[in-house]
Amino acid sequence: MTAVSDPPAAHTEAVENTGARRRAIVVAGLCIAVGLAVVVLFGMTATADQTSTLTLNPRGEDALPDLHIPTQIASFVLGLGAVALGVRAWRAVDPRITVYLGAAFGLFALALVIWAARDGTGAFYGLIAGSLQRSTPIALGAMAGLLCERTGVINIAIEGMMLASAFGAAITAAASGNLWVGLGCGVLTGAGFGAVHAVISIKYEVDQIVGGTFINIFALGMTSYLTARVLVEYPDLNQPGTFRPIDIPILSEIPFIGPLLFSQTIFGYLMFFFVFFLAWALFNTRWGLRVRSVGEHPRAADTVGINVFFIRYRNVIFGGMMAGLAGAWFTLGSAGRFDENMTNGKGFIALAAMIFGRWHPVGALTAALIFGFSEQLNDYLALLDTPIPSEFLLMAPYLVTLVVVAGLVGRPRVPAANGQVYRSGE
Amino acid sequence: MRVELRGITKRFPGVVANEEVDLTVEPGQVHALLGENGAGKSTLMNILYGLYRQTEGEILLDGVHTDLHSPADAIAAGIGMVHQHFMLVPVFTVAENVMLGVEPTSRAGVLDRASARQRVEELSHRHGLDVDPDALIEDLPVGIQQRVEILKALYREADCLILDEPTAVLTPTEIDDMLDIVRRLAEEGRSIIFISHKLREVRAIADTITVLRRGRVVETLTPDACDEQQLATAMVGRDVQLVVDRGEAAPAATVLRVTDLRVRDDRDQLAVAGISFDVRAGEIVAIAGVQGNGQSELIEGIVGLRRPTAGHVLLDGDDVTRATTARMVDLGVAHVPEDRQRDGLVGSFPVADNFVLNLTRREPFANGIRINRRAIREHAEQLVTDFDVRTSSVDTAVETLSGGNQQKVIVGREMSHAQRLLVLSQPTRGLDVGSIQYIHGRIVEARDAGLAVLLNSSELDEVLALADRIVVMYRGSLIGEMAGADATRESVGLLMAGATA
Amino acid sequence: MTTERTNTEPPYAGTPEPMPQRPRWLQAIRDTVTGLLGPFLAIVTALVVGALIMVFTDPDTLDAWSSFFSDPSAALDASWDLVYESYRALFDSSLGSPSAISRTLVQSTPLILVGLSVALAFRAGLFNIGGAGQLIAGATAAAWIGIHVDLPTVVHLPLAMAAGVAAGAFWGGIVGILKARTGAHEVITSIMLNFIALRLLDYALSTDTFKRPGRSDPISPEMPGSVRFPELGGEFDIHLGFPIALLVAFGCWWLLQRTTIGFRMRAVGANPHAAGYAGMGVAATTFLSMAIAGGLAGLGGTSILLGTTPRLTGGFFAAVGFDAIALALLGRANPAGVVGAGILFGALQAGATGMQAQTSTPIDIIFVIQALIILFVAAPALIRTIWRIDASRLGTGQRFSAGWGAS
Repeated sequence: MTAVSDPPAAHTEAVENTGARRRAIVVAGLCIAVGLAVVVLFGMTATADQTSTLTLNPRGEDALPDLHIPTQIASFVLGLGAVALGVRAWRAVDPRITVYLGAAFGLFALALVIWAARDGTGAFYGLIAGSLQRSTPIALGAMAGLLCERTGVINIAIEGMMLASAFGAAITAAASGNLWVGLGCGVLTGAGFGAVHAVISIKYEVDQIVGGTFINIFALGMTSYLTARVLVEYPDLNQPGTFRPIDIPILSEIPFIGPLLFSQTIFGYLMFFFVFFLAWALFNTRWGLRVRSVGEHPRAADTVGINVFFIRYRNVIFGGMMAGLAGAWFTLGSAGRFDENMTNGKGFIALAAMIFGRWHPVGALTAALIFGFSEQLNDYLALLDTPIPSEFLLMAPYLVTLVVVAGLVGRPRVPAANGQVYRSGE
Repeated sequence: MRVELRGITKRFPGVVANEEVDLTVEPGQVHALLGENGAGKSTLMNILYGLYRQTEGEILLDGVHTDLHSPADAIAAGIGMVHQHFMLVPVFTVAENVMLGVEPTSRAGVLDRASARQRVEELSHRHGLDVDPDALIEDLPVGIQQRVEILKALYREADCLILDEPTAVLTPTEIDDMLDIVRRLAEEGRSIIFISHKLREVRAIADTITVLRRGRVVETLTPDACDEQQLATAMVGRDVQLVVDRGEAAPAATVLRVTDLRVRDDRDQLAVAGISFDVRAGEIVAIAGVQGNGQSELIEGIVGLRRPTAGHVLLDGDDVTRATTARMVDLGVAHVPEDRQRDGLVGSFPVADNFVLNLTRREPFANGIRINRRAIREHAEQLVTDFDVRTSSVDTAVETLSGGNQQKVIVGREMSHAQRLLVLSQPTRGLDVGSIQYIHGRIVEARDAGLAVLLNSSELDEVLALADRIVVMYRGSLIGEMAGADATRESVGLLMAGATA
Repeated sequence: MTTERTNTEPPYAGTPEPMPQRPRWLQAIRDTVTGLLGPFLAIVTALVVGALIMVFTDPDTLDAWSSFFSDPSAALDASWDLVYESYRALFDSSLGSPSAISRTLVQSTPLILVGLSVALAFRAGLFNIGGAGQLIAGATAAAWIGIHVDLPTVVHLPLAMAAGVAAGAFWGGIVGILKARTGAHEVITSIMLNFIALRLLDYALSTDTFKRPGRSDPISPEMPGSVRFPELGGEFDIHLGFPIALLVAFGCWWLLQRTTIGFRMRAVGANPHAAGYAGMGVAATTFLSMAIAGGLAGLGGTSILLGTTPRLTGGFFAAVGFDAIALALLGRANPAGVVGAGILFGALQAGATGMQAQTSTPIDIIFVIQALIILFVAAPALIRTIWRIDASRLGTGQRFSAGWGAS
């Protein structure tokens, strides 16, 4: 329904202002609250003579000196920084106002990391490297969801696809004795489940959430069944081994950055490659334009001669492959064996990362890094004996996603045709 | 391009949409396809555009038999179509929408945006379309969006352009611009198929007119060889009586008073910018206007579906501005919504339940929280008889009924509980002539029974036929008011176009 | 293009053929039989596919198949034996004896309750994938009452049940209120709330309030006898939970079909626009529906705690939340159907334990079969293709969810 085509200008502005205003106030309030929490929780509980020590090297190396930070001062500075952000946010009329909130939470996290290491030594490098590790399958899983949903097919089956691929990768790698064969088969398993999802949701027009639920339950049941039936009987089939990190010459020598970014396993490199490639390709190639048009307005795409079904099939299968890669990470990149239900909800965290990242690859990566960080922080704090129940940190990804989908800090823009069955003329 | 359709028949399960249709469109000609809603115009054009496949018959383009299996085929053959519901991706820019499907790319499929932009700009300039290639579609008014659709066809070098009801959503000024553009495109040698059910436009623009009725061609003529009455008769198949039999109104006390009402639409824009008017018992007041000038928001603001941001709605002197829809029903206000399938009925529910959709809070249909199925059934059986609803039983799902019968269910339901005010939005849109006449008759009866009736219609004929008083709405404001008896097509039409009297 | 089809409908098509008048009860029976055909075939197909999976993953049977060309009957015999033995054990330990039947009914109790939760939400147009979180919330609240309150059974048991319902309703209500107020899609929010509930449960079991003294693993003390469902006695040793579930199922039917609240819920589910225009208060109805659904799931969780497994553990029966989706689909979101489907799933799960004990077939095959049932019920077209039967007799697939995000 179109409105009056040119309403009095004053009204339009006033309205836009109230919307943006309300958001700015919410964000500003949250920033200030976070800042004050830092001051009170960390600054007030530390004493002036306490120092936090953070190590910046992987274990056993000493390229960089340790950082010694006065805990109380750091807490006050970081807390007041967040408050300052809040004050700025109050005045800003900026559509990207949530960045302020992100920054405030970043300061909070940093303050927590420093505060926890008061009178002790915190493995800062380990925290960051571990976060990156943990976010790899989440980001890849989010790419799986994103590839599907950008064409309008809801994918809540990332979890199931990952689990099945983890199994497929482990057993084939162990049977062939070759990790690359395992990786390939893991990706193929994902592609297979992607194809199943595509057929039942596109051809058979099954409700896409029901279809996703089917895949999740099926994958869990099937892998558990096969574990009991095959892996228990032939334990050799469950010893695939893991990929070793690949050092990139020269770059891997850089302190901190080098071991962090240029000495990863194949999964880490592929993750970064796909995220940035997709972020570019979705908006700058013919493929991307068509994919997005199908996700937003399939009928419009159809009327200009684009084959909606082909694009959907292709992307859902691509998505499956991406989930397959993520799944292979669990067995070949991390654990070195398959365990029942080993993805343990990571697929749903990937879904959350996709939503939190607003269906944009880089956004999803950011979300994945945050979620990975909140998991790793848990280990970090446990080592330092900090009295924060781990459950609450593990809950964080779900909580922030709730906040995001509820539109409390701005509503995400969903592909308009998401979840809708498309039927052509006849 | 010379477009020839020969013996086209299209059958859907249970329905014949087109039967033995022959149609020839010459290059450089505007060929109008005239017909009522449901006459099979859109189906025929969707066949020509490759969206549907004809059951029988053949298509010849410049004398060559051509099979069109998909829009891609049609586009390749030089056919372009501007759909009634625009086929534009709202979050894309104009240039992105125009190039979609025929994107200029460098090696490896990377988009060449610059060259697409440039061509859009050039085409826009050459045809006097005045469209900014970088604007987002969702920010553009409908009239401009339509030009983007035309650009899409031109970008693909269409020799034949199909325009499906292009004027339905436009203001009179936009319509004039539109017709100019169409004429120019034809003069450059394109063949244009112009679908419409509006007699006046068709006569103004067309070189040839083909009238469709019930899926068949009933007549092909030229505009000079016919007058509107003739066309109307051909379109509906009998002498149409556009005038409703009704006596003088006997207005009594004021029932509805609206003062300085302001209402915002879904995009938070001020759609109703301070409107005041009265409706008295025993009269029909019509709101005339081109669709999209705030009428829907006004109606929703009155019946409690949308909260006004300022102003008052008074019912028999009581302020009901903030009353909920449920409360308004309790107060004896009935509302026939504009989009009947979406808003008026629960399609999967039986006819009987739809007759009490907004009445389940009251006796005898409910006692406390318990529903009285027998009372609902008896009520439904009564109304089916009273309103001549053709259905096999009151247990039938209402979605299986024809459009006219669905509308009778809604009108029946609303009239059964209207105590003071009856509000009707586009009550006869898309209905066959028989149903239209029936519903018009009931509206007059309701008036004569002493109800205040507020009619929102964008059909000028309906407004002129029914209204005792007409208010004209333009860009969120009332810009004119007149007695029904004094109103002429011209005087109301001018106001609808925004010309103040 | 459906709109096209309604448009092309000739205006004179207003008079449908008068239907031959059959007695209404006869028609009802016919409808029921046709309605059961789809689910029946779905179950049969799932069992057949499950059998194939068993055959082609069993090492011994595969050995027999490898010599298929020299000795085809050995392969077929081995396959048949495997499937027959497994399914027979499944049947024996679920329906083969009074005690087996009791196990089935006891097992089906929470399934029915959580299934009703999903079904009721379906009818109101909501996809309640959050049964897991809601049943955990319910069980946790009931456990608190069980551990920390000391009362005679007549008060203690109802109090614990009420707490379970209330906590479940609260957990479901969050989803409802987010949907109603902000349009946040219930599938996303309830998935998130499922995980939040799981983590909160982990946390609760690490605190003194819920931890069993002297244990370090996440487990609560046993529920005292005063909150447990009493056994009904007689030949079948089922507890009070099952009749309660049946009563609740009847209550759901009554609510949906015979009350104005149910009318409103169904109208909002079938066409929220029209419901809004009819003044039904869509937001309030959405909230109410999710709260009721949450309450039912909470009661389901409570029924596990007070019936079969009288202690809280980490991840407490979260899987039931997903089983419930399958059986709500299988039962066509209809309370009677859910009871039937619940008993069937109860039988599968009760039988699976016996099957694993008697044959070597792992219990997890049941979940594969359940997943396949979801698929086949949701995709009647697949069943049609497999069984080559007339399309119109199966009805169409159900559609519960639109896209997510902005509504």
